[in-house]
Amino acid sequence: MRELSLHILDIVTNSLEAGADRIILFIEELASVNRFRIVVHDNGRGMSQEAAQQVLDPFVTSRSTRTVGLGLPLLKMAAEQSGGYLVIKSTVGKGTRVTADFKKNSLNRAPLGDIAETVMNLIIGTPEIHLCYIHKTDKGVFIFDSYWILARMAEQNITLYELTKPVKERILSGLQKINSVG
Amino acid sequence: MKNLADLRKIKEKAKMEMASREKNVKYRVVVAMGTCGIAAGARNVMSALVDEIGTRSLKNTVITQTGCLGYCDQEPLVQVFEQGRPCITYGKVTPEVARKIVADHIVGNKVLSDYVFKQN
Ligand SMILES: Nc1ncnc2c1ncn2[C@@H]1O[C@H](COP(=O)(O)OP(=O)(O)OP(=O)(O)O)[C@@H](O)[C@H]1O
Ligand SMILES: [Mg+2]
Repeated sequence: MRELSLHILDIVTNSLEAGADRIILFIEELASVNRFRIVVHDNGRGMSQEAAQQVLDPFVTSRSTRTVGLGLPLLKMAAEQSGGYLVIKSTVGKGTRVTADFKKNSLNRAPLGDIAETVMNLIIGTPEIHLCYIHKTDKGVFIFDSYWILARMAEQNITLYELTKPVKERILSGLQKINSVG
Repeated sequence: MKNLADLRKIKEKAKMEMASREKNVKYRVVVAMGTCGIAAGARNVMSALVDEIGTRSLKNTVITQTGCLGYCDQEPLVQVFEQGRPCITYGKVTPEVARKIVADHIVGNKVLSDYVFKQN
C-alpha cells in the first residue's frame, strides 16, 4: 500500500474484528537509530503462537469469505523490503501485539501518509472502542486518546460527524509540535 | 482531561448519548475495510460519507466499518441498512458516489440503482 497509515487501518481493523475494545497504536519514528516502528496492541480474542506464525503465510485466514488473508503478509513484506521485520505476539483470550519495524530512511519504506484520517475514521466507525494513539519522535511524544472525542461530544452536545475537523486539526498540530515527518 | 473520576463521568455521559442516538437511527451505513477494501480506496470513501453526513447534520444515520465481505473485485463496498427494507450493497464506490449515496439514498430515499451491486 502506498501509505503506512493504510496498513495501520488494516491492522487495527483486525483488532476490531477480534473483538477488542481497547487498542493502543504506537508509532515511533527515530532518525537517531534509523527506525520507524508501528505497534498495534489489542485486548481481543488473540490466537495461539502457532496460529500467529501461520497467519504470516498469505494462504491462511480464519475468514470464510475468502481463502487468503492479506493484511498481515502485506505489512510483513513492506517491513522486510525496507530492511525491517514484523513480529506477532499473541495470547489466546488476552490479546495481540503486532510490531512492524522499518528502516526509517529506506527508499522502499512508504511514507506514513494521512494518519489523522486513519485514526479519525477508526474512532468514528467504532466510537465505543477505546483507542489510544501514541506517536514518538526524537523530539517528543504526542498522545491522542479517543476519550478526547467522547468528552467533546458530552460537553458540546455535538455529533460525532461534526467533530472530524477539530480531531484532524488536533492530531496534525500535535504531530507538527514533535516534528513528525512521517 | 482532569482526573479519573471526571473521566468516568465523561465516559458515562458519552455512552448515554450514544445510546440515545441509537434509538433515532434509521440508516446504518457500513464500509468494508478489509485489506482489499482499503487498497481500493475505502478510507477516502468513508471520509466522504462522514463529511457529507456531518455537513448535513444528519442525526438518523450511523457509519461503521466491517472486514472483507468476500467480493474483493467489487471494492470499495458500502452497505446501507434500513429497518424493514432489504440491505443495499453498493460496489466500486468512489468518494463522489459516496456523497451521492448520502444525498439520494439517505436524504432523498431513492436507491442509486446504477451502483447497486447486490440487494438482499
Ligand atoms: N489482532 C488480531 N487478533 C486476533 N486474531 C487476529 C488478529 N489479527 C489477525 N488475526 C487472525 O489472522 C488472520 C489473518 O489476518 P490478515 O489481516 O492477514 O487477513 P484477514 O484479516 O483474514 O483478511 P484481509 O485480507 O481482509 O486482511 C485473521 O483472519 C485472524 O484470524
Ligand atoms: Mg485483515
